[in-house]
Formats: sequence, structure tokens, C-alpha cells
Amino acid sequence: MGIIKTSKLIFEYIRRDEDGNVEGITRAIDNVDLDIQQGDFIAILGHNGSGKSTLAKHINAILYPTEGTVWVDGKDTSVEENIWDIRQKAGMVFQNPDNQIIGQLVEEDVGFGPENMGVPTKEIRERVEESLKAVGMYEYRKHSPNRLSGGQKQRISIAGVIAMHPKCIIMDEPTAMLDPNGRKEVIRAARALHEVEGVTIVLITHYMEEAVFADRIIVMDEGRIEMQGTPKEIFSQVEKLKELRLDVPQVTLLAHELKKSGLKLPDGILTIDEFLYELERITGKQNTPGKMGIL
Amino acid sequence: MIRDITLGQYYQTESCIHSLDPRVKLLGTILFIISLFSIRNFSGYLVAALFLAVIIRLSHVPFRFMVKGMRAILFLLLITVVFNLFLTPGETLVSFWKFRITQEGLRTAIFMALRLTFLIIGSSVMTLTTTPNHLTDGMEKLLKPLQKLRVPVHEISMMMSIALRFIPILLEETDKIMKAQIARGADFESGNLIKKAKSLVPLLVPLFISAFRRANDLAMAMEARCYRGGEYRTKMKPLAYKKQDAAAYVIVILYLILTIWIGRILQLL
Repeated sequence: MGIIKTSKLIFEYIRRDEDGNVEGITRAIDNVDLDIQQGDFIAILGHNGSGKSTLAKHINAILYPTEGTVWVDGKDTSVEENIWDIRQKAGMVFQNPDNQIIGQLVEEDVGFGPENMGVPTKEIRERVEESLKAVGMYEYRKHSPNRLSGGQKQRISIAGVIAMHPKCIIMDEPTAMLDPNGRKEVIRAARALHEVEGVTIVLITHYMEEAVFADRIIVMDEGRIEMQGTPKEIFSQVEKLKELRLDVPQVTLLAHELKKSGLKLPDGILTIDEFLYELERITGKQNTPGKMGIL
Repeated sequence: MIRDITLGQYYQTESCIHSLDPRVKLLGTILFIISLFSIRNFSGYLVAALFLAVIIRLSHVPFRFMVKGMRAILFLLLITVVFNLFLTPGETLVSFWKFRITQEGLRTAIFMALRLTFLIIGSSVMTLTTTPNHLTDGMEKLLKPLQKLRVPVHEISMMMSIALRFIPILLEETDKIMKAQIARGADFESGNLIKKAKSLVPLLVPLFISAFRRANDLAMAMEARCYRGGEYRTKMKPLAYKKQDAAAYVIVILYLILTIWIGRILQLL
């Protein structure tokens, strides 16, 4: 069994009117079976309301399944005494950088998780130091979070999660409120964690460019898993993605359109380099890098 | 920029007063206030003034910052002095028209003025040399025994420190909403008091909604990081008394004894 596993997971939001009578039931997650292995980098895609955030909250035991089961590191999330263990093993980074920083100094915020877990003072300091270094924010440890940029704040939040020594980190649209530079910073930090420390990462996003780096992509729509596979497999199905109201990375779209109008390009081109390589191959021309750089 | 405002009135500098444990400063201030109310003669106030002057000197905070706090209570001070001056019965010193100043009146008026002034300056020294964060920490630790009486000490101090963290964020938000409303023709400036108060409604409603949303998000983020109240919790920066803190306690207690003792001696004479 992987680090995160769900079986026939169903979650329903029950809307009630003022008298408490049930007005309607919305099924946010519908029969989801997932199996994520230790060390994976998973991206979950889906447009608004597809249930991807709801799914993430199940992994951290913030929401409990209506039906079905979620296991994190072999522990059932619906069992009361497991939740603190689960929350420590599966850390969570949220969307709004301001609303998840508790401390008044960067280092105090990073220490918040370990403090709650009852880690001894000396070890908290060591953990704070190492996690701030892991996200490249060590020199800001004495700063007030109010003066940092959005990308820096999200890196602090990531450090706050790492300090709890989790086995996996769930990032619920961590870049949605950031500018392009902040987005790059955060994704770079997440990738470094995955590659260097081997942390399992579940990245929920609606930026296709960020999903390209994942080992596996899960596409959700109306609470169900619609597609699953490597980025190449997913992004080669441009038409299917469009049906699900999702974009593909710009290069992929360009390659797809060129292919439709007759060029012999393969499916699922994900990066500009790859695209250039394929172009050179079919045109037979050797383009100097300098010239293509303008493109 | 709103995000640059300093909270409370902390004055950033290095001094032996700044580096004291917040508990020492809190208790010290309370003892100082007690001493002010137990003093019954001028020589006692002389000792208090000297003590305060030395502390201010040691704190490296410019004196004008201490006086700033006085402005807020100037009016109160004036009323106290005037009432005491004219309404205390006793031996008449000066009298004109319907008013008369008595010897006792003059004495209590001066005493009250000195008391209030020293009280404000004394507590300013504390707030100027301690960060709000440290103050909350100190308060939590001092009030810990109350936990046995089911007073939620940890929760109160957690609420205080979260409030401190969110004040600049909410101020910034207020500013944003205000600009958005002004851009759509809202008027916050003109009109009488009632009209002005009414014009704040479109500002307060979105602000409250956003504050509740933030509170909800924050609570979720705290739970996700294993927050479960004060139990099992350890501290990254636990408060620990050092030698200088013990010395400070001794000094404050000596001062308290001295002020009371001077009063007794003089009474005997």
C-alpha cells in the first residue's frame, strides 16, 4: 500500500435551509480510488469545483469521508486517535499565504508545527534552521512575515510544514494568488524538496505548466478521476482536456495545432526545448540556439 | 505604507532594560504602581522620581517618547487637579470670589498629579522596551496558575498574538476596500458625525466578511499543523530567568521597601 490510499471515497456536502431541513446534497467527491507511492510527485488538475481541494482536505483529516476510506501511511483518517499522526505525516500548504502564517516572526511561524507536536526546544530550533535552509529563506528568519512577498510567504509556509518532518506534503493551489515570479519560486522549492529530500508531493493546481514536472497527473472533473497518467500521456489528449474545460501548456497547444495542419510532430510535447528538437528533426535544418532563442 | 506601522509603541534599541524577562517588567511595573499609591509624602515621591529617572536613563529610550503617553491623559489630569484643588475642605490658603484653595487641597492636587504622571511614564517604560509578543508571552507565563481555575490562559494569549499578527493585514485591507469604495463614488469625508458613521457601513461589512473568512482559513491551517490547544505544547523560545532578572527583582523590591520605609520614618519624626 502506498503512502496515501483512498478506496471508494465519497464526500457529500449537505445544504440545509434555515430550519435545518436538507435542501440538497452535492457530491463533491464521487467514488475516488487513489494510490500514491512514497516519493511520488503527483499533480492534481481540474477546473473550479472539480473536487480537487476537497480531496486534499481528506488526506489531512480536515474532512472525513461520507463513504469509503482514506489511509495515510496505513492509518485510517476517520479514526479519531489517528488524526494527529496523520496531520504530522501529511502536511498541508494552503492557497492564501496570509491566512496560514501564525507567527509574528518567520522563525516563530516555522516553529509552530513542532511546538504543537511537543518537540523539545533545542530540536525545534534545529528543525526550524534546516527547514528554512531547505526553502532558501534562512536569512529572513528574523523578519516579520508581513514584509515578505507572496512567493516568500508561501516558501515560509512550506518550511513550516517541513519542520514537522512529514512523509508527504499536499499543496492546495499554493501558487494561485502569486505573481509569475512567486509561482516559479514556490514550484522550484517544491521540486527541490522532492528531488533532494525525497518527500512525496501532491500538488493541486490549475496551471498546466506546473503539472508538467510531475511524475503522474490526475485530472478530476465533477468529483471523479477522469484521467490519470504521465504528463506526456495526459497532455497528448488535447481535445479530451478541452472537454474538461482545461488548458494544455502553450507549447503543447502550438504543437497540437501544427500537427493538425499537417506537420509530423509527435503528441504530448511539453517543453520548448522538446518542441525545438522535434521541429529541427522534421525540417532537417540545424537551427543555431541563438536564432531560436528569439522564439 | 500601512504595513510599516509599529504595533504598540515598542522602541527598538539595545539596553539592559530591553533584555530583561517580560515577567520582570510586568511585575516590576505593578510593584512600582503599588509604591506610588502607598507613598504619603514628598520625599517618597523624590525616591520614586529618582528611581524612574535611572530606569529611563538605562532604557536608552528618548524621554520625549515617555511624555507622548501623557498627552492622552492630560485632560483627565487637569480635571483631577482642579477638582482636588478647589473641592477639598480644610484650612483656607487663598480664596477669591466663590472659590477657595485649601492647604489640604493643594497637597492632594499635587500628589494626584505626580501619581498619575509617574504611573503613565512608568508603564510607558514597560511598553516601550518590550515587544507586544514578549508581553503576551510574559502574561501567559505569569497567569499560568489561573489555569487550575479553568481560566483559558493559553487560549487568551494565543488570541492576543494572532490579533497582533492580523492588525496590519486588516488595516491594509481596510485601506484597499476604502479605495475601492471611493473609486465607485463613496464619500467618507463630508457630512456630520452621523452621516460619516453611516458611510462607514459599506466599509465595515466587507471588512467583517473578509475577517471571518480569514479566521476560518487560519483555524484550518492551524489544525493542519497539529494545533490542539495548550496541552502537550512545547515552546521554541521558552522564557527563562537569568541572573540579571533576579537582580532586577531585588532592586524593585528594595525600592518598594525604601519608599514605604521613608514614609514611616518621617511620620515618626
